[in-house]
Amino acid sequence: MSTADFPADSVGLVTPRRIPISQPLTLDCGRTLPRHELMVETYGELNAARSNAVLICHALSGDHHAAGYHGTEDRKPGWWDNCIGPGKPIDTRRFYVVALNNLGGCRGSTGPNTINPDTGKPYGPDFPLLTVRDWVRSQALLADALGIERWAAVIGGSLGGMQVMQWTIDQPQRVAHALVIAAAPKLSAQNIAFNEIARQAILSDPNFHGGRFYDHGVVPTHGLKLARMLGHITYLSDEAMRAKFGRMQRGSQFNFNFDVEFEVESYLRYQGQSFVERFDANTYLLMTKALDYFDPAREYGDNLAAAFARAQARFLVIAFSSDWRFSPARSREIVKALVEARRDVSYALIESQLGHDDFLMPIPQYHRVLRDYLDRVAREAGT
Amino acid sequence: MKPSAPPSLRPDLAAIADWIRPGARILDLGCGNGELLAWLAEHRGVSGYGLEIDPEHVAHCIRAGINVIQADLDDGLRDFGDASFDYVVMTQALQALQRPDDAITEILRVGRIGIVTFPNFGHWRVRAALALGRMPVTPTLPEPWYDTPNIHLCTVDDFEDLCAQRQWIIRSRRLLDRSHREGLRIRIAPNLFCEQALYMLQAPEGHR
Repeated sequence: MSTADFPADSVGLVTPRRIPISQPLTLDCGRTLPRHELMVETYGELNAARSNAVLICHALSGDHHAAGYHGTEDRKPGWWDNCIGPGKPIDTRRFYVVALNNLGGCRGSTGPNTINPDTGKPYGPDFPLLTVRDWVRSQALLADALGIERWAAVIGGSLGGMQVMQWTIDQPQRVAHALVIAAAPKLSAQNIAFNEIARQAILSDPNFHGGRFYDHGVVPTHGLKLARMLGHITYLSDEAMRAKFGRMQRGSQFNFNFDVEFEVESYLRYQGQSFVERFDANTYLLMTKALDYFDPAREYGDNLAAAFARAQARFLVIAFSSDWRFSPARSREIVKALVEARRDVSYALIESQLGHDDFLMPIPQYHRVLRDYLDRVAREAGT
Repeated sequence: MKPSAPPSLRPDLAAIADWIRPGARILDLGCGNGELLAWLAEHRGVSGYGLEIDPEHVAHCIRAGINVIQADLDDGLRDFGDASFDYVVMTQALQALQRPDDAITEILRVGRIGIVTFPNFGHWRVRAALALGRMPVTPTLPEPWYDTPNIHLCTVDDFEDLCAQRQWIIRSRRLLDRSHREGLRIRIAPNLFCEQALYMLQAPEGHR
């Protein structure tokens, strides 16, 4: 299609920018990155008062391409295009929307698959493991670079929602509104267990080479594929899988072998394969560890309310009824702590079918709540 | 003296608003569109949250900038700490709960003061219908018996018996007719003429 064919409510053609962050960044692991680069896309215009900036924090496999198209040949727009655009809930006619690929990502920001200036080779396993706090530090430096003193809103789902919470605790004066979607205050043992299996799948792939697979000209496709297949099971509800695949078979007979027979097998293999083509195994390991480590209450005597007592933002917490990865009960833990900390908070429970992935879906009640909340945020920001 | 709530507020809510101290922290159970919270926030500097199950009402509250938590009242108040609010308010919902007595116990645990309102099942219209062998359909109880949320109706006298039995302190009460007035008839025979009962309750000393 040509640019004229982009939908009217799309931000249209977008060009990512690489933003250098020249200040040293000291990480939770104790190491310091003297400088780093972040891939960023922005949509809409920053107003003169610089009061209408919104930060989008991505989840495990997300990146800076949240909306619009990179070219006329793109089959699909950015990962949250149904929510970001002119007239959409995150309305780019009113907000200046900033989406980035997090530090440690694999889509152009400094990470395991970028060149370590000290060695001239990809960092690979030498890239430090990161925490959500590290990401907030890095994103705060990005805000400085963009001239944004305070975000009108910081928004994120899943692991993105965890970054939102951490922002309100670590940078309280820089967040006016926090939208925490399909998140949890920390991972459960079950969550960590799933992550561990995903990591073991990658680590035990012979092509992983201790994380230095770039030097060998191979990719641990098998392990990364398994990790993604496992992840996908946790993103979907039992009900959704039943509705989508049931016990549908590709043929009418049993084959009595291990080729794909059931449709759900075919789906998982397809999802795994397409993921391998766009994602880096070291980044996957890093992201799952950041998830496991996330626990903002930890440095406040395991008291989440004490952590949130620092926050100045107003909160909107959203959960999905069919999400079992980060169930509504986990969101209620967040709400409970916010109430105890006497923060302004609203909580919406969205009826849904798909599971954790529903936070990316244009469910009418979900988008309505986002739109209604953000309409107030925009008016407060004077846009 | 603080000014009386204006007629713009629903009359039974205006009566409740008159009970609430400026600057208080309040939890409104079944807050609907958040009318009471919005009014109290604007005119009395009150802060707090509404609990509401209906998605339409939740969206309305969010649009109006009212703190609303989507939850089922029958799920209880377990997410809220002891005496964490100055007032916990529940209007016209008591009779629709699985266990109204447990709900009030919880209200008086979470709130220093509990305010509950309910339709009086002792009103003469109800009695007249029952005397004729019919389930009552009245202006305050408009639904037919097979399609009503009201599963635990009580009279003013029943309610006060329960308060006495549980040692809940009745700090104040207002018994109103359908026009939300306290007339002479209600003062003479409250259980016969009151249509809407409003109670301000407190847990017995040392029973939090």
